[in-house]
Amino acid sequence: MIDFETIQVVAIKLTFAFLMVGAVMTMAGYSVLAERKVSAWMQGRVGPNRTVLPLVGSVPVIGRFLQGLGIFQPLADGLKFLFKEEIVPGHVNKLYYYLAPIVALVPALTTMTVLPFGEFTNADGNFVPLILADLDIGILFILAVSSLGVYGIVLAGWSSNSKYPFLGGIRSSAQMISYELAMGLSLLPVFLWVSEPGSSVSSLSLVEIVRAQNSSTWLLLIQPVSALIFLIALFAETNRLPFDMPESETDLVGGFHTEYGSFKFGIFFVAEYAHIVIGSAIFTLLFLGGWNFLPWLDNPWPSSWIGTLIGTVWFLTKTIGLIFFFIWIRWTLPRFRYDQVMNLGWTKLLPLALANLVFYILLVTWLDQSNFNLP
Amino acid sequence: MPKTVVLERKPLSISERTYLPQIATGLKTTFTNMFKPKVTLQYPEEKPRIPNNYRGVPTLVKDPNGREKCVSCQLCEFVCPPKAIRITPGSVPEDEEDRHHVEKAPEEFEINMLRCIYCGYCQEVCPEEAIFLQEEYSSSGYSREEMVNDKAKLYELGGTLPDQHYKWDKKKQAEDEGNSH
Repeated sequence: MIDFETIQVVAIKLTFAFLMVGAVMTMAGYSVLAERKVSAWMQGRVGPNRTVLPLVGSVPVIGRFLQGLGIFQPLADGLKFLFKEEIVPGHVNKLYYYLAPIVALVPALTTMTVLPFGEFTNADGNFVPLILADLDIGILFILAVSSLGVYGIVLAGWSSNSKYPFLGGIRSSAQMISYELAMGLSLLPVFLWVSEPGSSVSSLSLVEIVRAQNSSTWLLLIQPVSALIFLIALFAETNRLPFDMPESETDLVGGFHTEYGSFKFGIFFVAEYAHIVIGSAIFTLLFLGGWNFLPWLDNPWPSSWIGTLIGTVWFLTKTIGLIFFFIWIRWTLPRFRYDQVMNLGWTKLLPLALANLVFYILLVTWLDQSNFNLP
Repeated sequence: MPKTVVLERKPLSISERTYLPQIATGLKTTFTNMFKPKVTLQYPEEKPRIPNNYRGVPTLVKDPNGREKCVSCQLCEFVCPPKAIRITPGSVPEDEEDRHHVEKAPEEFEINMLRCIYCGYCQEVCPEEAIFLQEEYSSSGYSREEMVNDKAKLYELGGTLPDQHYKWDKKKQAEDEGNSH
Protein backbone atom coordinates (compact mmCIF):
# COMPACT_ATOMS: atom_id res chain seq x y z
CA MET A 1 0.00 0.00 0.00
CA ILE A 2 1.40 3.33 -1.05
CA ASP A 3 0.90 6.02 1.54
CA PHE A 4 0.33 9.67 0.90
CA GLU A 5 3.86 10.76 1.73
CA THR A 6 5.41 8.51 -0.89
CA ILE A 7 3.09 9.95 -3.52
CA GLN A 8 3.98 13.43 -2.36
CA VAL A 9 7.71 12.75 -2.61
CA VAL A 10 7.32 11.18 -6.04
CA ALA A 11 5.19 14.10 -7.22
CA ILE A 12 7.74 16.63 -5.98
CA LYS A 13 10.61 14.74 -7.57
CA LEU A 14 8.71 14.50 -10.86
CA THR A 15 7.99 18.22 -10.83
CA PHE A 16 11.65 18.96 -10.15
CA ALA A 17 12.71 16.57 -12.90
CA PHE A 18 10.45 18.26 -15.45
CA LEU A 19 11.63 21.69 -14.33
CA MET A 20 15.25 20.63 -14.61
CA VAL A 21 14.79 19.09 -18.07
CA GLY A 22 12.93 22.20 -19.13
CA ALA A 23 15.66 24.47 -17.79
CA VAL A 24 18.50 22.52 -19.42
CA MET A 25 16.68 22.23 -22.74
CA THR A 26 15.89 25.94 -22.72
CA MET A 27 19.51 26.70 -21.97
CA ALA A 28 20.55 24.38 -24.82
CA GLY A 29 18.17 26.19 -27.17
CA TYR A 30 19.44 29.56 -26.14
CA SER A 31 23.06 28.37 -26.40
CA VAL A 32 22.33 27.86 -30.08
CA LEU A 33 21.13 31.44 -30.26
CA ALA A 34 24.18 32.59 -28.28
CA GLU A 35 26.41 30.70 -30.66
CA ARG A 36 24.85 32.43 -33.65
CA LYS A 37 24.89 35.85 -32.03
CA VAL A 38 28.43 35.67 -30.63
CA SER A 39 29.84 34.27 -33.86
CA ALA A 40 28.12 37.08 -35.73
CA TRP A 41 29.51 39.74 -33.43
CA MET A 42 33.01 38.30 -33.63
CA GLN A 43 32.81 38.37 -37.43
CA GLY A 44 31.47 41.91 -37.63
CA ARG A 45 27.93 40.80 -38.42
CA VAL A 46 24.65 41.39 -36.64
CA GLY A 47 23.24 37.87 -36.32
CA PRO A 48 19.59 36.78 -36.21
CA ASN A 49 17.42 39.84 -35.57
CA ARG A 50 14.26 39.34 -37.63
CA THR A 51 12.21 36.72 -35.84
CA VAL A 52 9.49 38.16 -33.65
CA LEU A 53 6.21 37.01 -32.19
CA PRO A 54 3.17 38.89 -33.53
CA LEU A 55 2.08 40.67 -30.35
CA VAL A 56 5.47 41.20 -28.72
CA GLY A 57 6.80 42.96 -31.80
CA SER A 58 4.34 45.80 -31.34
CA VAL A 59 5.47 46.60 -27.77
CA PRO A 60 7.23 49.97 -28.22
CA VAL A 61 10.84 49.67 -27.06
CA ILE A 62 11.14 46.23 -25.51
CA GLY A 63 9.71 44.38 -28.53
CA ARG A 64 12.26 45.99 -30.82
CA PHE A 65 15.06 45.24 -28.37
CA LEU A 66 14.11 41.58 -27.98
CA GLN A 67 13.77 41.22 -31.74
CA GLY A 68 17.24 42.69 -32.18
CA LEU A 69 18.62 40.18 -29.71
CA GLY A 70 16.95 37.36 -31.63
CA ILE A 71 15.17 36.09 -28.51
CA PHE A 72 12.50 34.33 -30.57
CA GLN A 73 14.90 32.70 -32.98
CA PRO A 74 15.18 29.37 -31.06
CA LEU A 75 11.40 28.97 -31.36
CA ALA A 76 11.60 29.37 -35.12
CA ASP A 77 14.58 27.01 -35.30
CA GLY A 78 12.78 24.33 -33.29
CA LEU A 79 9.60 24.64 -35.34
CA LYS A 80 11.63 24.39 -38.52
CA PHE A 81 13.11 21.07 -37.36
CA LEU A 82 9.62 19.81 -36.47
CA PHE A 83 8.00 20.64 -39.79
CA LYS A 84 10.78 19.72 -42.20
CA GLU A 85 10.32 16.76 -44.48
CA GLU A 86 11.43 13.54 -42.81
CA ILE A 87 13.84 11.91 -45.24
CA VAL A 88 15.29 8.48 -44.56
CA PRO A 89 17.86 7.41 -47.14
CA GLY A 90 17.23 3.98 -48.66
CA HIS A 91 20.66 2.60 -47.83
CA VAL A 92 20.60 3.02 -44.05
CA ASN A 93 20.06 0.44 -41.34
CA LYS A 94 16.65 1.66 -40.20
CA LEU A 95 16.71 0.47 -36.57
CA TYR A 96 20.07 1.92 -35.62
CA TYR A 97 19.50 4.97 -37.80
CA TYR A 98 16.47 5.85 -35.69
CA LEU A 99 18.12 4.76 -32.45
CA ALA A 100 21.25 6.89 -32.82
CA PRO A 101 19.79 10.36 -32.07
CA ILE A 102 18.03 8.99 -29.01
CA VAL A 103 21.22 7.36 -27.77
CA ALA A 104 22.98 10.67 -28.26
CA LEU A 105 20.42 12.69 -26.33
CA VAL A 106 19.64 10.38 -23.40
CA PRO A 107 23.09 10.44 -21.72
CA ALA A 108 23.23 14.21 -22.08
CA LEU A 109 19.95 14.49 -20.22
CA THR A 110 20.67 11.73 -17.72
CA THR A 111 23.78 13.35 -16.30
CA MET A 112 21.73 16.30 -15.11
CA THR A 113 20.16 14.17 -12.38
CA VAL A 114 23.32 14.34 -10.28
CA LEU A 115 24.00 18.00 -10.98
CA PRO A 116 23.51 20.14 -7.87
CA PHE A 117 22.70 23.78 -8.54
CA GLY A 118 22.31 25.29 -5.09
CA GLU A 119 21.61 24.50 -1.47
CA PHE A 120 19.45 25.71 1.38
CA THR A 121 19.38 25.33 5.15
CA ASN A 122 16.40 23.41 6.44
CA ALA A 123 14.68 23.83 9.80
CA ASP A 124 17.19 21.58 11.57
CA GLY A 125 20.12 23.70 10.37
CA ASN A 126 21.35 21.10 7.92
CA PHE A 127 22.47 22.01 4.43
CA VAL A 128 20.24 20.40 1.84
CA PRO A 129 21.49 20.50 -1.73
CA LEU A 130 19.15 21.31 -4.61
CA ILE A 131 19.68 18.21 -6.69
CA LEU A 132 17.55 15.49 -8.25
CA ALA A 133 19.59 12.57 -6.89
CA ASP A 134 22.43 13.17 -4.42
CA LEU A 135 24.60 10.22 -5.33
CA ASP A 136 27.78 9.48 -3.39
CA ILE A 137 29.47 8.63 -6.66
CA GLY A 138 28.19 11.67 -8.52
CA ILE A 139 31.25 12.38 -10.64
CA LEU A 140 31.73 8.70 -11.43
CA PHE A 141 28.15 8.55 -12.62
CA ILE A 142 28.68 11.58 -14.84
CA LEU A 143 31.90 10.23 -16.33
CA ALA A 144 30.28 6.87 -16.98
CA VAL A 145 27.06 8.13 -18.50
CA SER A 146 28.27 11.15 -20.45
CA SER A 147 30.75 9.07 -22.41
CA LEU A 148 27.85 6.85 -23.52
CA GLY A 149 26.94 9.74 -25.79
CA VAL A 150 29.67 8.60 -28.15
CA TYR A 151 27.59 5.52 -28.94
CA GLY A 152 25.00 7.78 -30.51
CA ILE A 153 27.63 9.22 -32.81
CA VAL A 154 29.22 5.87 -33.62
CA LEU A 155 25.80 4.33 -34.30
CA ALA A 156 24.85 7.26 -36.50
CA GLY A 157 28.07 6.98 -38.46
CA TRP A 158 27.78 3.26 -38.87
CA SER A 159 24.07 2.90 -39.61
CA SER A 160 24.15 5.68 -42.20
CA ASN A 161 26.05 3.29 -44.46
CA SER A 162 27.94 5.99 -46.28
CA LYS A 163 31.58 6.97 -46.19
CA TYR A 164 31.59 10.40 -44.55
CA PRO A 165 29.41 9.50 -41.57
CA PHE A 166 31.48 6.35 -41.20
CA LEU A 167 34.73 8.32 -41.03
CA GLY A 168 33.08 10.69 -38.56
CA GLY A 169 32.05 7.77 -36.38
CA ILE A 170 35.55 6.28 -36.41
CA ARG A 171 37.17 9.58 -35.54
CA SER A 172 34.69 10.23 -32.81
CA SER A 173 35.20 6.90 -31.08
CA ALA A 174 38.99 7.17 -31.26
CA GLN A 175 38.89 10.71 -29.93
CA MET A 176 36.52 9.89 -27.10
CA ILE A 177 38.64 6.98 -25.91
CA SER A 178 41.85 9.00 -25.90
CA TYR A 179 40.40 11.98 -24.07
CA GLU A 180 38.32 10.01 -21.60
CA LEU A 181 41.53 8.79 -19.95
CA ALA A 182 43.05 12.23 -19.55
CA MET A 183 39.72 13.53 -18.26
CA GLY A 184 39.44 10.87 -15.57
CA LEU A 185 43.07 11.28 -14.53
CA SER A 186 42.73 15.04 -14.29
CA LEU A 187 39.85 14.64 -11.84
CA LEU A 188 41.67 12.29 -9.46
CA PRO A 189 43.88 15.02 -7.90
CA VAL A 190 40.78 17.12 -7.29
CA PHE A 191 39.13 14.45 -5.21
CA LEU A 192 42.44 13.57 -3.61
CA TRP A 193 42.78 17.17 -2.46
CA VAL A 194 39.23 17.52 -1.20
CA SER A 195 39.03 14.22 0.62
CA GLU A 196 42.54 14.05 2.00
CA PRO A 197 42.91 12.16 5.29
CA GLY A 198 41.69 14.14 8.25
CA SER A 199 39.21 16.28 6.39
CA SER A 200 35.55 15.80 7.09
CA VAL A 201 34.73 15.20 3.44
CA SER A 202 35.38 11.89 1.80
CA SER A 203 33.16 11.43 -1.15
CA LEU A 204 32.88 11.52 -4.91
CA SER A 205 29.75 13.61 -4.61
CA LEU A 206 29.66 16.91 -6.46
CA VAL A 207 27.88 18.53 -3.52
CA GLU A 208 30.82 17.77 -1.24
CA ILE A 209 33.25 19.21 -3.78
CA VAL A 210 31.33 22.48 -3.83
CA ARG A 211 31.10 22.58 -0.01
CA ALA A 212 34.85 22.08 0.22
CA GLN A 213 35.26 25.24 -1.85
CA ASN A 214 33.03 27.27 0.50
CA SER A 215 34.95 30.16 2.15
CA SER A 216 38.18 28.73 0.82
CA THR A 217 39.74 29.03 -2.57
CA TRP A 218 38.41 27.71 -5.84
CA LEU A 219 40.02 24.48 -6.97
CA LEU A 220 40.94 26.24 -10.22
CA LEU A 221 43.57 28.20 -8.27
CA ILE A 222 44.90 25.18 -6.38
CA GLN A 223 44.95 22.85 -9.36
CA PRO A 224 45.31 24.88 -12.54
CA VAL A 225 46.82 22.00 -14.49
CA SER A 226 43.96 19.66 -13.61
CA ALA A 227 41.50 22.35 -14.61
CA LEU A 228 43.27 22.91 -17.92
CA ILE A 229 43.39 19.22 -18.79
CA PHE A 230 39.77 18.77 -17.77
CA LEU A 231 38.72 21.75 -19.86
CA ILE A 232 40.57 20.49 -22.95
CA ALA A 233 39.11 17.02 -22.49
CA LEU A 234 35.69 18.61 -22.04
CA PHE A 235 36.05 20.31 -25.41
CA ALA A 236 36.92 16.95 -26.93
CA GLU A 237 34.06 15.17 -25.15
CA THR A 238 31.48 17.69 -26.31
CA ASN A 239 32.85 17.57 -29.88
CA ARG A 240 33.46 21.28 -29.91
CA LEU A 241 36.01 23.05 -31.99
CA PRO A 242 39.02 22.72 -32.03
CA PHE A 243 38.18 19.04 -31.55
CA ASP A 244 35.04 18.61 -33.63
CA MET A 245 36.50 15.63 -35.47
CA PRO A 246 33.22 13.72 -35.86
CA GLU A 247 31.60 16.64 -37.56
CA SER A 248 34.44 18.52 -39.32
CA GLU A 249 32.15 19.91 -41.99
CA THR A 250 34.99 21.03 -44.23
CA ASP A 251 36.45 17.58 -44.82
CA LEU A 252 33.60 15.20 -43.92
CA VAL A 253 30.59 17.13 -45.30
CA GLY A 254 28.67 16.89 -42.03
CA GLY A 255 30.41 13.96 -40.39
CA PHE A 256 28.14 11.62 -38.49
CA HIS A 257 24.97 13.56 -39.25
CA THR A 258 25.48 13.83 -43.01
CA GLU A 259 22.55 11.49 -43.69
CA TYR A 260 20.31 12.98 -41.02
CA GLY A 261 17.72 15.64 -41.54
CA SER A 262 14.74 17.34 -39.95
CA PHE A 263 13.89 16.35 -36.40
CA LYS A 264 16.49 13.61 -36.06
CA PHE A 265 19.20 16.11 -36.87
CA GLY A 266 17.55 18.49 -34.43
CA ILE A 267 17.94 15.92 -31.66
CA PHE A 268 21.65 15.57 -32.41
CA PHE A 269 21.92 19.32 -32.39
CA VAL A 270 20.15 19.69 -29.04
CA ALA A 271 22.21 16.83 -27.59
CA GLU A 272 25.43 18.61 -28.53
CA TYR A 273 24.34 21.80 -26.83
CA ALA A 274 22.91 19.98 -23.82
CA HIS A 275 26.35 18.39 -23.49
CA ILE A 276 27.91 21.83 -23.50
CA VAL A 277 25.51 23.16 -20.88
CA ILE A 278 26.08 20.20 -18.59
CA GLY A 279 29.83 20.19 -19.21
CA SER A 280 30.01 23.85 -18.28
CA ALA A 281 27.98 23.18 -15.15
CA ILE A 282 30.32 20.36 -14.12
CA PHE A 283 33.38 22.50 -14.66
CA THR A 284 31.78 25.25 -12.60
CA LEU A 285 31.02 22.83 -9.76
CA LEU A 286 34.46 21.27 -9.75
CA PHE A 287 36.76 24.20 -10.33
CA LEU A 288 34.84 27.45 -10.05
CA GLY A 289 33.29 26.96 -6.63
CA GLY A 290 29.76 26.13 -7.74
CA TRP A 291 27.30 28.45 -6.04
CA ASN A 292 29.89 29.87 -3.66
CA PHE A 293 30.95 33.50 -4.01
CA LEU A 294 34.49 34.52 -4.92
CA PRO A 295 37.58 32.71 -3.59
CA TRP A 296 38.46 33.29 0.08
CA LEU A 297 35.24 35.25 0.63
CA ASP A 298 32.21 34.17 2.61
CA ASN A 299 28.97 34.20 0.72
CA PRO A 300 27.69 37.77 1.13
CA TRP A 301 24.06 36.72 0.86
CA PRO A 302 21.90 35.56 3.78
CA SER A 303 21.33 31.86 4.41
CA SER A 304 17.58 32.14 3.88
CA TRP A 305 15.74 31.26 0.68
CA ILE A 306 16.93 34.54 -0.85
CA GLY A 307 20.52 33.36 -0.40
CA THR A 308 19.63 30.06 -2.04
CA LEU A 309 18.14 31.93 -4.98
CA ILE A 310 21.13 34.25 -5.33
CA GLY A 311 23.50 31.30 -5.01
CA THR A 312 21.70 29.44 -7.78
CA VAL A 313 21.70 32.50 -10.00
CA TRP A 314 25.43 32.97 -9.28
CA PHE A 315 26.02 29.34 -10.26
CA LEU A 316 24.04 29.85 -13.47
CA THR A 317 26.01 33.01 -14.22
CA LYS A 318 29.29 31.11 -13.99
CA THR A 319 27.87 28.33 -16.15
CA ILE A 320 26.69 30.80 -18.79
CA GLY A 321 30.09 32.47 -18.70
CA LEU A 322 31.67 29.12 -19.41
CA ILE A 323 29.23 28.44 -22.25
CA PHE A 324 30.30 31.78 -23.68
CA PHE A 325 33.91 30.62 -23.33
CA PHE A 326 33.07 27.47 -25.32
CA ILE A 327 31.58 29.59 -28.08
CA TRP A 328 34.44 32.08 -27.90
CA ILE A 329 37.02 29.31 -28.37
CA ARG A 330 35.06 27.90 -31.29
CA TRP A 331 35.22 31.15 -33.24
CA THR A 332 38.89 31.71 -32.39
CA LEU A 333 40.70 28.45 -33.03
CA PRO A 334 40.89 26.43 -36.23
CA ARG A 335 40.23 22.68 -36.16
CA PHE A 336 43.08 20.32 -35.31
CA ARG A 337 44.02 17.72 -37.86
CA TYR A 338 42.99 14.21 -36.87
CA ASP A 339 46.52 12.98 -36.22
CA GLN A 340 47.24 16.14 -34.21
CA VAL A 341 44.24 15.41 -32.03
CA MET A 342 45.49 11.90 -31.37
CA ASN A 343 49.02 13.18 -30.79
CA LEU A 344 47.86 15.81 -28.33
CA GLY A 345 45.64 13.36 -26.48
CA TRP A 346 48.04 10.48 -26.09
CA THR A 347 51.50 12.04 -26.01
CA LYS A 348 50.79 15.35 -24.29
CA LEU A 349 47.65 15.32 -22.18
CA LEU A 350 47.84 11.79 -20.83
CA PRO A 351 51.45 12.02 -19.54
CA LEU A 352 50.71 15.50 -18.22
CA ALA A 353 47.65 14.23 -16.37
CA LEU A 354 49.68 11.36 -14.92
CA ALA A 355 52.48 13.69 -13.81
CA ASN A 356 49.91 15.99 -12.31
CA LEU A 357 48.36 13.12 -10.40
CA VAL A 358 51.72 11.95 -9.04
CA PHE A 359 52.64 15.50 -8.04
CA TYR A 360 49.44 15.99 -6.07
CA ILE A 361 49.73 12.57 -4.45
CA LEU A 362 53.17 13.54 -3.17
CA LEU A 363 52.02 17.02 -2.20
CA VAL A 364 48.96 15.80 -0.29
CA THR A 365 51.02 13.12 1.45
CA TRP A 366 53.68 15.64 2.44
CA LEU A 367 51.11 18.14 3.70
CA ASP A 368 49.41 15.39 5.62
CA GLN A 369 52.63 14.12 7.19
CA SER A 370 53.88 17.55 8.16
CA ASN A 371 50.54 18.49 9.75
CA PHE A 372 50.10 21.76 7.91
CA ASN A 373 46.71 23.31 8.09
CA LEU A 374 45.22 23.25 4.65
CA PRO A 375 43.66 26.45 3.38
CA MET B 1 68.28 36.56 -60.59
CA PRO B 2 67.70 37.00 -56.88
CA LYS B 3 69.37 34.41 -54.81
CA THR B 4 67.16 32.16 -52.79
CA VAL B 5 67.10 33.33 -49.21
CA VAL B 6 66.82 30.53 -46.71
CA LEU B 7 64.99 31.75 -43.63
CA GLU B 8 66.18 30.32 -40.41
CA ARG B 9 63.39 28.90 -38.33
CA LYS B 10 64.00 29.34 -34.67
CA PRO B 11 62.98 26.41 -32.53
CA LEU B 12 59.81 27.13 -30.59
CA SER B 13 60.18 28.09 -26.98
CA ILE B 14 58.44 26.06 -24.32
CA SER B 15 55.63 28.55 -23.89
CA GLU B 16 55.12 28.61 -27.65
CA ARG B 17 54.97 24.86 -27.79
CA THR B 18 52.06 24.76 -25.39
CA TYR B 19 50.17 27.04 -27.83
CA LEU B 20 48.56 28.70 -24.82
CA PRO B 21 49.99 32.25 -25.27
CA GLN B 22 48.98 32.16 -28.93
CA ILE B 23 45.50 30.98 -28.00
CA ALA B 24 45.24 33.83 -25.52
CA THR B 25 46.24 36.32 -28.23
CA GLY B 26 43.65 34.85 -30.56
CA LEU B 27 40.98 35.06 -27.88
CA LYS B 28 41.85 38.70 -27.32
CA THR B 29 41.50 39.44 -31.03
CA THR B 30 38.08 37.82 -31.32
CA PHE B 31 36.91 39.49 -28.13
CA THR B 32 37.86 42.98 -29.31
CA ASN B 33 36.19 42.21 -32.64
CA MET B 34 32.91 41.76 -30.81
CA PHE B 35 32.76 45.47 -30.02
CA LYS B 36 33.79 46.83 -33.39
CA PRO B 37 31.10 48.41 -35.59
CA LYS B 38 29.20 45.88 -37.66
CA VAL B 39 29.54 45.83 -41.41
CA THR B 40 26.19 44.17 -42.14
CA LEU B 41 23.84 46.02 -44.47
CA GLN B 42 20.26 45.50 -43.23
CA TYR B 43 19.15 44.96 -46.80
CA PRO B 44 15.50 45.74 -47.36
CA GLU B 45 15.73 48.75 -45.03
CA GLU B 46 19.20 49.83 -46.07
CA LYS B 47 20.16 49.78 -49.73
CA PRO B 48 23.70 49.57 -51.01
CA ARG B 49 25.24 52.62 -52.68
CA ILE B 50 25.21 52.04 -56.44
CA PRO B 51 28.49 53.07 -58.08
CA ASN B 52 28.66 54.98 -61.36
CA ASN B 53 28.50 52.94 -64.56
CA TYR B 54 26.68 50.19 -62.69
CA ARG B 55 25.11 47.65 -65.00
CA GLY B 56 21.68 46.90 -63.63
CA VAL B 57 18.52 45.79 -65.39
CA PRO B 58 18.41 46.92 -69.06
CA THR B 59 15.70 49.52 -69.65
CA LEU B 60 14.30 51.61 -72.50
CA VAL B 61 14.43 55.37 -72.07
CA LYS B 62 12.52 58.28 -73.54
CA ASP B 63 14.02 61.56 -74.65
CA PRO B 64 13.35 64.74 -72.63
CA ASN B 65 10.31 65.50 -74.81
CA GLY B 66 8.77 62.22 -73.70
CA ARG B 67 9.20 60.56 -77.08
CA GLU B 68 10.23 57.00 -77.65
CA LYS B 69 13.86 56.81 -78.77
CA CYS B 70 14.05 53.25 -80.01
CA VAL B 71 13.71 52.94 -83.78
CA SER B 72 13.64 49.13 -83.70
CA CYS B 73 16.82 48.68 -85.69
CA GLN B 74 17.24 45.37 -83.85
CA LEU B 75 20.98 45.79 -83.38
CA CYS B 76 20.63 44.99 -79.69
CA GLU B 77 18.65 41.87 -80.51
CA PHE B 78 21.42 40.89 -82.89
CA VAL B 79 24.30 41.58 -80.51
CA CYS B 80 22.71 40.11 -77.39
CA PRO B 81 24.92 37.10 -76.49
CA PRO B 82 22.27 35.06 -74.62
CA LYS B 83 19.50 36.12 -77.05
CA ALA B 84 17.44 37.69 -74.31
CA ILE B 85 15.97 40.46 -76.46
CA ARG B 86 12.99 40.00 -78.83
CA ILE B 87 11.80 42.95 -80.89
CA THR B 88 8.71 43.07 -83.08
CA PRO B 89 9.31 46.02 -85.41
CA GLY B 90 6.44 48.30 -86.29
CA SER B 91 5.78 51.76 -87.60
CA VAL B 92 5.38 54.96 -85.67
CA PRO B 93 1.77 55.40 -84.54
CA GLU B 94 -0.22 57.79 -86.75
CA ASP B 95 -1.38 59.97 -83.90
CA GLU B 96 2.13 60.99 -82.87
CA GLU B 97 2.63 63.88 -85.29
CA ASP B 98 5.98 65.01 -83.95
CA ARG B 99 7.62 61.66 -84.60
CA HIS B 100 6.89 61.32 -88.28
CA HIS B 101 10.46 62.08 -89.20
CA VAL B 102 11.33 58.69 -87.69
CA GLU B 103 10.35 55.72 -89.78
CA LYS B 104 9.98 52.92 -87.31
CA ALA B 105 9.32 52.14 -83.66
CA PRO B 106 9.13 48.82 -81.82
CA GLU B 107 5.66 47.36 -81.69
CA GLU B 108 6.78 45.05 -78.94
CA PHE B 109 10.08 44.93 -77.10
CA GLU B 110 10.79 42.07 -74.71
CA ILE B 111 13.82 41.38 -72.56
CA ASN B 112 13.86 38.02 -70.87
CA MET B 113 15.51 38.66 -67.51
CA LEU B 114 16.08 34.94 -66.99
CA ARG B 115 18.39 35.00 -70.00
CA CYS B 116 19.96 38.43 -69.62
CA ILE B 117 23.55 38.35 -68.41
CA TYR B 118 23.83 42.11 -67.79
CA CYS B 119 26.76 42.41 -70.21
CA GLY B 120 25.68 45.83 -71.46
CA TYR B 121 26.31 45.11 -75.16
CA CYS B 122 22.81 46.33 -76.01
CA GLN B 123 23.55 49.69 -74.45
CA GLU B 124 26.89 49.84 -76.21
CA VAL B 125 25.56 48.97 -79.64
CA CYS B 126 22.42 51.15 -79.60
CA PRO B 127 22.81 53.95 -82.18
CA GLU B 128 19.89 55.84 -80.65
CA GLU B 129 21.02 55.70 -77.04
CA ALA B 130 17.63 54.23 -76.28
CA ILE B 131 18.59 51.30 -74.08
CA PHE B 132 20.45 51.71 -70.83
CA LEU B 133 21.49 49.41 -68.01
CA GLN B 134 20.45 51.50 -65.04
CA GLU B 135 20.66 51.22 -61.27
CA GLU B 136 17.80 48.79 -60.75
CA TYR B 137 19.32 45.46 -59.63
CA SER B 138 16.55 43.58 -57.92
CA SER B 139 14.19 41.87 -60.34
CA SER B 140 12.05 39.02 -59.12
CA GLY B 141 8.88 37.19 -60.04
CA TYR B 142 6.81 34.13 -59.32
CA SER B 143 6.82 32.65 -62.86
CA ARG B 144 8.97 32.61 -65.97
CA GLU B 145 6.42 34.76 -67.79
CA GLU B 146 6.69 37.38 -65.08
CA MET B 147 10.42 37.61 -65.62
CA VAL B 148 10.03 38.77 -69.22
CA ASN B 149 9.96 42.58 -69.26
CA ASP B 150 7.65 43.87 -71.97
CA LYS B 151 7.76 47.29 -73.57
CA ALA B 152 5.57 49.03 -71.03
CA LYS B 153 7.61 47.62 -68.17
CA LEU B 154 10.88 48.60 -69.82
CA TYR B 155 9.75 52.19 -70.26
CA GLU B 156 8.44 52.26 -66.70
CA LEU B 157 11.85 51.11 -65.44
CA GLY B 158 13.77 53.39 -67.80
CA GLY B 159 12.05 56.74 -67.43
CA THR B 160 13.54 59.72 -69.16
CA LEU B 161 17.21 60.46 -69.52
CA PRO B 162 18.78 63.74 -70.75
CA ASP B 163 19.65 63.71 -74.43
CA GLN B 164 22.81 65.40 -75.69
CA HIS B 165 22.17 65.13 -79.41
CA TYR B 166 18.50 65.35 -80.45
CA LYS B 167 19.68 63.51 -83.55
CA TRP B 168 16.33 63.27 -85.33
CA ASP B 169 15.30 66.81 -84.49
CA LYS B 170 18.47 68.10 -86.14
CA LYS B 171 17.86 65.92 -89.16
CA LYS B 172 14.29 67.15 -89.49
CA GLN B 173 15.41 70.74 -89.12
CA ALA B 174 18.01 70.22 -91.84
CA GLU B 175 15.37 68.62 -94.06
CA ASP B 176 13.00 71.50 -93.48
CA GLU B 177 15.71 74.03 -94.33
CA GLY B 178 16.54 72.19 -97.52
CA ASN B 179 19.96 70.69 -96.94
CA SER B 180 19.33 67.14 -95.98
CA HIS B 181 22.95 66.14 -96.02
